[in-house]
Amino acid sequence: MAFFDFLQQYWPRLLSGTGITLAQFLLAAVLGIAISLAMGLMKLSHNAVVRGAAVTYIEVFRGTSLVVQLYWIFFVLPLFGLSIEKFTAGYLAVGMNIGAYGAELVRGGILSVPKGQWEAALAINMSPAQRMRRIILPQALVNMLPPWGNLMIELLKGTALVSLISVADLMFEAKQINATTFLSAQVFGAALVIYYVLARFMVTPFMRWLEHYMARKLGRV
Amino acid sequence: MFDWKWDFTWEILPRLVQATGNTLLAALIGYVIAVVLGLILALAQRTPYSALTLIVREMVEFIRSTPLILQIFFVFYVGPQFGVRLSPWTSGMIAIGLHYACYLSEVYRGGIESVPKGQWEAATALNMTVAQKYRRVIIPQAIPPALAGMGNYLVGIFKDTPMLSVIGVAELIHTANAIGSENYRFLEPYTMVGIIFLAISLPAAGMIRLFEGYVRRKLGL
Repeated sequence: MAFFDFLQQYWPRLLSGTGITLAQFLLAAVLGIAISLAMGLMKLSHNAVVRGAAVTYIEVFRGTSLVVQLYWIFFVLPLFGLSIEKFTAGYLAVGMNIGAYGAELVRGGILSVPKGQWEAALAINMSPAQRMRRIILPQALVNMLPPWGNLMIELLKGTALVSLISVADLMFEAKQINATTFLSAQVFGAALVIYYVLARFMVTPFMRWLEHYMARKLGRV
Repeated sequence: MFDWKWDFTWEILPRLVQATGNTLLAALIGYVIAVVLGLILALAQRTPYSALTLIVREMVEFIRSTPLILQIFFVFYVGPQFGVRLSPWTSGMIAIGLHYACYLSEVYRGGIESVPKGQWEAATALNMTVAQKYRRVIIPQAIPPALAGMGNYLVGIFKDTPMLSVIGVAELIHTANAIGSENYRFLEPYTMVGIIFLAISLPAAGMIRLFEGYVRRKLGL
């Protein structure tokens, strides 16, 4: 079957899969950013217990595979009475995984803010919370945005794994179409191109724009 | 834990250990392919032919921004459509090796670009051929700064091997799936897989850091 006939017949399913992929991506991104911030700050805490909790979280999620985490959340948590719907389990696993990687970026970003900024904030009598929110985090954010761009691409690719627990994302639809039609080159080729377009023409330009926007906000252009 | 069965854990342990061997083997073969192919991809972007550079660049970008799991499906299913039947192991190793070759080519590129210009000029002044320049002067100096990235991707490839389970490579997750559905018990196999991953990737990451320090000291950096 020619490629265009194929697309004509199957585009609605590919499109709905892409929609689910984007939803998973956005939800996992929000969750991942929140976790990154919390764990990154906790790892810098002076309290050994708080720091220990963050280190444990980061090492466990970075030390095991996303597939393992996904299966564990979806198949094992119900045994403890915590049944999670597959769509939720999907972005939960991807977001928690990315959060562990993001936490290191947050930590690095905060440490890269010059010491004088901390001292200046202290000198004008800011509380630790004010200092973090108004002085340190905005500058840390600008410093860590470039590696976040790569992490967001990893996140998008990570969402393809939710197909393993039957969330009907792009990867899942491609697999299903392949199983019924055996038009492997067409369907997997189309899915590859869609993922590439999402990464290259949506995620990357957005992150670039965000970098410029934040840098301008801080008067760094 | 209230429902954990130790006798069942001991019973499945030999199978998991065997699967760990397969996982490590897959990671190792994939990594060897990636290390060699990555170097070729990096050097191909440094030839005087700008068309070749452009093609390789775009290919690397494409592979890096699409999901590995989709690439594994693509390699496994597209072959038979054109009369080439690849075993799960072969197609898995091609997909994972190529995917990580693209990541490693970027690491090498960074390493090669970090070699000062004077080294190139000195090598030219000594009348070295291009091959000699790379082999004797540039590559030995490009490797140390690339070591950290290379080490990270070794651990990365290990953590991505569970994706090979989707085409039936009998690695850890595949075995855990089988054990789980044979016995209707998922708690022990998935948890053990998680622990095995942690027990290998955390010491491996530590050892890579030590090795990196050793090489840097050896080279007097």
